[in-house]
Order: sequence, then structure tokens, then C-alpha cells
Amino acid sequence: MRVLGIETSCDETGVAIYDSERGLLSDLLYSQVAMHAEYGGVVPELASRDHVRKLLPLIREAMQQADTTREQIDGIAYTAGPGLVGALLVGAAIGRSLAWGWNLPAVGVHHLEGHLLAPMLEENPPPFPFIALLVSGGHTMLITVEGVGRYQIIGESLDDAVGEAFDKTAKLLDLGYPGGPALEQIATKGDGTRFRFPRPMTGRPGLDFSFSGLKTFAMNTLHANEITEQTRADIALAFQTAAVETLAIKCQRAIRETGIKQLVVAGGVSANRALRERLDRLALKERAQVAYPRLKFCTDNGAMIAYAGCLRLQAGEREPPAFEARARWPMDTVTAL
Amino acid sequence: MKLLAIDTTTEACSAALSINGAISERYEIAPRQHATLILPMIDSLLSEAGITLAQMDAIAFGRGPGAFTGVRIGVGVVQGVAFSIERPVVPVSSLAAMAHGAMAGFNATNVLAGIDARMGEVYWGAYQRSSDGGVRAVGEESVCGADETFIPETGRWIGVGTAWQSYSEVLAARCGGRLDQLHPAIFPRACDIAALGVIGFAAGEGVSADEAQPVYLRNNVARKRGDSV
Ligand SMILES: Nc1ncnc2c1ncn2[C@@H]1O[C@H](COP(=O)(O)OP(=O)(O)OP(=O)(O)O)[C@@H](O)[C@H]1O
Ligand SMILES: [Mg+2]
Repeated sequence: MRVLGIETSCDETGVAIYDSERGLLSDLLYSQVAMHAEYGGVVPELASRDHVRKLLPLIREAMQQADTTREQIDGIAYTAGPGLVGALLVGAAIGRSLAWGWNLPAVGVHHLEGHLLAPMLEENPPPFPFIALLVSGGHTMLITVEGVGRYQIIGESLDDAVGEAFDKTAKLLDLGYPGGPALEQIATKGDGTRFRFPRPMTGRPGLDFSFSGLKTFAMNTLHANEITEQTRADIALAFQTAAVETLAIKCQRAIRETGIKQLVVAGGVSANRALRERLDRLALKERAQVAYPRLKFCTDNGAMIAYAGCLRLQAGEREPPAFEARARWPMDTVTAL
Repeated sequence: MKLLAIDTTTEACSAALSINGAISERYEIAPRQHATLILPMIDSLLSEAGITLAQMDAIAFGRGPGAFTGVRIGVGVVQGVAFSIERPVVPVSSLAAMAHGAMAGFNATNVLAGIDARMGEVYWGAYQRSSDGGVRAVGEESVCGADETFIPETGRWIGVGTAWQSYSEVLAARCGGRLDQLHPAIFPRACDIAALGVIGFAAGEGVSADEAQPVYLRNNVARKRGDSV
């Protein structure tokens, strides 16, 4: 089965073609990051306006690169939520209507399901069941995954997502937006012994997170010190170490509590090298396996939507000729395959 | 000539089919339901007429102005549908469609069409009946305060659209004594988009699906960092 996948939940327009027999045939991304950076954050209305300009040309190009004609496509998948409603609606309207015109089945995919299945696009995909650590711009969650659509949230952030904390701290350090990657970059020049940030919510049992305090701690540290290049690097490193350590402690707990020895890490922050190194060490210690998506599939992309959509379409999932965009969509309410 | 038309730019949602000039339509006032209504509307028109989408020569759509999300739903649907059969699209102004509807419905020749644009403004345009059965814009479409609307200096006019609900006194006063009728509950309709689309297509206004793009009129939607307030 060959599926066209469309992702427009936020500020990236992603289109990919995935074939269940031959794998990923094309994968294109147009990022609006530079445009939103001028505004200091994502402007939802501008994001929607850009998707409607970029999506159809990207679909044409994806088909060309995959050497795929309309007759060879068996279904269309688009992100139906959660995300920015206006942005989602662009992908949903175009994707659903195109499928209708081609008389093909369509399916609206849960964005986070896309993220957490992204590691399945790699060689040696992790087997079910696994624990997923989903760390993105909008979410921080620990989820047990028994199969596609069988998700149980066992821990989540009570306030800021970890990616959001990276971005806010980066903003504080004048690293622009979104600053996660830039923060990682300057942290390499930091002195890890200078500051020690707290590891929020690790002192008590449970798998929930809280990251808003780290950002405040970073602000107070910044104000209490002379602001030099070195200080900024030291704060970046201290922040990153605390965030990574906190995530690792909770992952370890989750592995021990569930007895599941397979960890999957996904979402934008899973691109972070310090996090990967730390979780690799954890896996070794716990005799567990850990899987990540390739770097470009950590952040939003069409490939993960094409893949998740393909699984759902193969399982016979179908939608009426209507589309929907959901700003919120609790992950544990998606249908199980 | 077979043409499909849709409009989702306001709280109304509609689709129409023009087959050699005969127009059939589905029309509903249905705020926030466009995404669930529009494809079934097209479906039912096609099956009623006993034809398929692939038989269409072109697809016309309300390109705005109107509610941003509604405008984009229409554009998205039209892009998807037109791309699926590789047919051209014909963008039609939602204000012009309202004027066209009023000319037919109220036997008018001069129409001031306005949509309440929120934030104290209206989407606005003045139109005259043209000899080919279409409408001709007098001046440019704009988004502005009711007290800044363009009223042509001569002629007698009728007013249509939700702008006339929200700002009837200001707008009527600006017309002096030259306002004949007022119909606030008029929305853009696909039957008028279809009629104007057929004329536009004949005039060479068809473009590729990628070029089906919204006309928002309101473009100052965000402030850059460092811009003054
Ligand atoms: N190397 C990195 N280190 C730390 N954070 C990173 C890195 N690369 C990306 N990020 C962060 O990942 C986030 C973006 O990830 P992603 O695109 O998955 O999130 P999103 O789509 O905005 O949110 P969601 O998927 O929850 O709706 C940003 O917060 C960004 O700063
Ligand atoms: Mg994401």
C-alpha cells in the first residue's frame, strides 16, 4: 500500500510518500521557522497562510521524487490534531479533498502517534510493547505502547513541555527562536561544574514532569551573574544537564515499574545529543534497548504521518467525506488497531 | 461547459453545478460546519445530475474576502479537488458574488456589498451590472472602517451583506439619499460563484490548482519584534 502523508500541525509543511513494501519513497519539508523567528514565536494565522501556499506544490514534488503517479497512490493521511486548528485545516482540507477526488480512502492521524511511531521508519524497528518518551515543543510524556493506538500515558508534564523549556531558556540567553538546537550548541562550551540546576519532581515517586521551574531558575541565575559569553554557555549546559537528567531518571523509573525493556524516544528534543548519550547509558545499565528516529524525523515531518496513516489504512480505517481539525485530542482516545 | 463552484467564505456554505448554463445548488447557513458539509454537498449535486467530477471543465470558488479559516477551507478543498482531476480553477470574489446575487434577486444594477470583518471594519466593494451578465467592480475592494467605505459619487444603490447589519446607520448616511434598498442577510452563494465563474473562465481567468489562493484583504495580522505599537 502506498500512502501520501501530509503534516501541517504547526510551522512545518511536510509531505511524504510511504510504501508498505518499499519503504519511504520521498519526504519533503518546508519550514516556516525563519518567518516566525521575526515575530519571536509561531504566529498561527501566518502559519496557516503559508501552508496554503506551500502544500500543493510540495505534494506535486513529492510525487515526482517518488516517481509516483496518482494511480499508484492507495490512500492519503493527514494530521488531524492536536495542533493549531487553522494550520491543521489546510492539510486536512487539501488531503481529504484530494482523496475524495481520487476516490481513495483517507485518514486523519494523531500528530503524536506520528512522532512516536517515527522510530519504526528506521532499520530494526523496536518491537511492541515499548515505553515511549515523547519530548517535543508541546508535549512531554511517558507512554506505554502495546500496539498501534494502544497508548497509556503513565507520566506527563504538569506545566511546560521540555522543548518549550529549552526554547524559553534559549530566548533568555538571546539564542533566537526556536532555540533548542542553538542551546545545545553553546552548551558544548559550558563549564558543567559552575552551576547546578534542580531536577524537578525527581525527589518524590511518580512519572510526571515539571519544567517551568527550570526556566525560572535559569533566569535567576542569569540575573545573579555577570552576563558573559561563558556565563551563557554555563547556564545552557546546567539547564540541559538538569532537563536530561530529569528525563533519564523518569525513564529509568518507567522501565523498572513496567518491566518493559524497550524504550523509544521521539519528538523534537530527541534530537538532543546529550539526551541520547544519557539514555544510551541508561539502557546499558537497565539492560534495555533504546530507539530513536533519524535526526530529521525528530521534529515535524510528513514521513511519520504517511507511516502511521499507512498502518491505519491497512487496518481498514476509513473516514467519511468530511474533515476535522482538533486543537486538543487526548492521546489515549485514539482508536486501537 | 460544466463547472463546479463552492463557497465557504462566510457563515454560509454552498456548492453549485453549472451545466451549460443550468445551475443547481446546495446552500446552508452553517457556521463552523463547512468542513463536514462541503464534500457531501458536491457529492449530492454530482449524483443528482448523473455526472462525475472528472467531467468538469473547471472549478470556481469564493476566494474571499471573508472569515480567514472559512476562506482557507474553500481554497484547500478546491486545490485538492481541482488537482485530483487536473482542471483549472476560477477565483471569484465573495463580494462580487453577493452583488451578483442581489442584481438577480432584487433586480438591481448598482450594489454596495459589505461583510462584517470584525475589529470595527468591513470588507467592502461597489459593483455594477455588466453587459455580459456579470458584475464590474467600481473602485477596489477594501477592508476599512464603515466610515471610510467607498461610495461612488453618482447613481442609486442597494446595500447587501452583514456589514449593513452591523453599521447600517453609518453606511446609509454615507449614501446620502441614494440608497434604495438594504438587505443585510445576504451571503455569498455558490450559484453566483458558478455564474461568475463561467464568465471568468470564458474570459481566460482560469488558473492552475496551485494558484487557487485566498484574498484576505486584511494582511496586517501580526507585529514583528521591535515594531512600534
Ligand atoms: N537538539 C535539540 N535540543 C533540544 N531541543 C531541541 C533540539 N532540536 C529541537 N528541539 C526542540 O524540539 C521542539 C520542536 O519539536 P517538535 O517539532 O517535535 O515540536 P512541535 O511539533 O512544535 O510540538 P508538538 O509535536 O508537541 O505539537 C522545539 O522546542 C525545539 O527547540
Ligand atoms: Mg511535533
